[in-house]
Amino acid sequence: MLAKEKGLAFVLAGGTDLLVKMKAGMIEPDLVVDIKKIKGMADIKKSATGFRIGAAVPGVALSENAALSKAWPGIVEGANLIGSKQVQGRCTMIGNLCNGSPAADGVPALIAARAKVVVSGPKGKRTIAVEQVPVSPGRTCLKKGEIIEAILLPKRPPRSSDAYLRFIPRTEMDIAVVSAAVNLVLDPKGVVNDARVALGAVAPTILVVADAAKALIGSKLDAAALEKLAAACSAACRPIDDKRGTIEFRTKVAGVLARRAAEIAYRRAGGKL
Amino acid sequence: MSSVHVTTTINGDAVDFVCNADEPLLDVLRNRLGMTGSKEGCGTGDCGACSVTIDGRLVCSCLVLGAEVGGSKIETIEGMAKADVLHPLQKNFIAHAALQCGICTPGFLVAAKALLDNNPNPSEEEIRFGLAGNLCRCTGYDKIVRAVQATAKEMRGA
Repeated sequence: MLAKEKGLAFVLAGGTDLLVKMKAGMIEPDLVVDIKKIKGMADIKKSATGFRIGAAVPGVALSENAALSKAWPGIVEGANLIGSKQVQGRCTMIGNLCNGSPAADGVPALIAARAKVVVSGPKGKRTIAVEQVPVSPGRTCLKKGEIIEAILLPKRPPRSSDAYLRFIPRTEMDIAVVSAAVNLVLDPKGVVNDARVALGAVAPTILVVADAAKALIGSKLDAAALEKLAAACSAACRPIDDKRGTIEFRTKVAGVLARRAAEIAYRRAGGKL
Repeated sequence: MSSVHVTTTINGDAVDFVCNADEPLLDVLRNRLGMTGSKEGCGTGDCGACSVTIDGRLVCSCLVLGAEVGGSKIETIEGMAKADVLHPLQKNFIAHAALQCGICTPGFLVAAKALLDNNPNPSEEEIRFGLAGNLCRCTGYDKIVRAVQATAKEMRGA
């Protein structure tokens, strides 16, 4: 349906952005397709290979899912920072992703988790990494007629966890000025043997900072490793100056948040600091 | 856009209506069904004055299309009082003077009920976060929080 429409076609899942844009007259769709009642779009499934989260699953359903919250607390806390309870009742992570905002709260923890998305279109399905979807602010790699139908999260090894933190100038109902997600896997002795770090709102797209992950691997999150992590994060930042935060502020705070998120993820994974 | 015929349940009653494909549920409630308790503050999901629950989930009815709610169970402010008997939240909003102009009140009541349904014993912080999607420009929120706390206490005792 989406591929055949010659005019402007949109997918409706949560509608917390689409309906606002329609109301403001920013867009005048010729076709809107509600995907919520398509099979598999509105549920979270746990399998031997991990979790599959349908594209139309609202934010509130993530925290209601105990197994998901236990395995991926950072992803759930990121998604649940978006908007109010009313917005949470509708908004989806895929919607957050497909807005293409570098400040999207739902996305850094997905990228840190090595999550993938299933893209479905006229030519069939393909599975791509989450970080491949946004290409620049407001733009995605999706072609006409393509939609994302689900997020795939890998299976969790023992002693693994994640965390997401953002800076905003108030206590909630705001968009990240800087954000950081850290995903860790520990060995039985508490040494980090896998790590992945993603930063939001410090570049045109969400960044994966390989040097930051390297700084943690092999450590027990001692002060020197955390210092290296923060330095690597700050070095990777290419932010803009705007009324919400300066380049200097964002660059520094990215390191601070990454360090704090790493400590939270480490404790959640069973490590002792 | 074309018209859509929708059959749904509102406050326990079977309802059907015809609406435009791009018509918000809030407009359906207010203009087609005469249920004017839900208010339009911003129309963009920021103020919460149009709060309703759909299948138990709190949402802004301005950000839902009428065309989406076929087969759903919708609860609005009109379903809160049972005949002449006010819900404890409604009574406590009056007792604690938790409203002045009243435009935000239906949304606050619906959101507060959804909060207490999920969490019968919320902390003050949980109440404030739970109601962060509802804006009130009169009360300064404190009296609303007190009214919700009093209701939670009363309902736990009941």
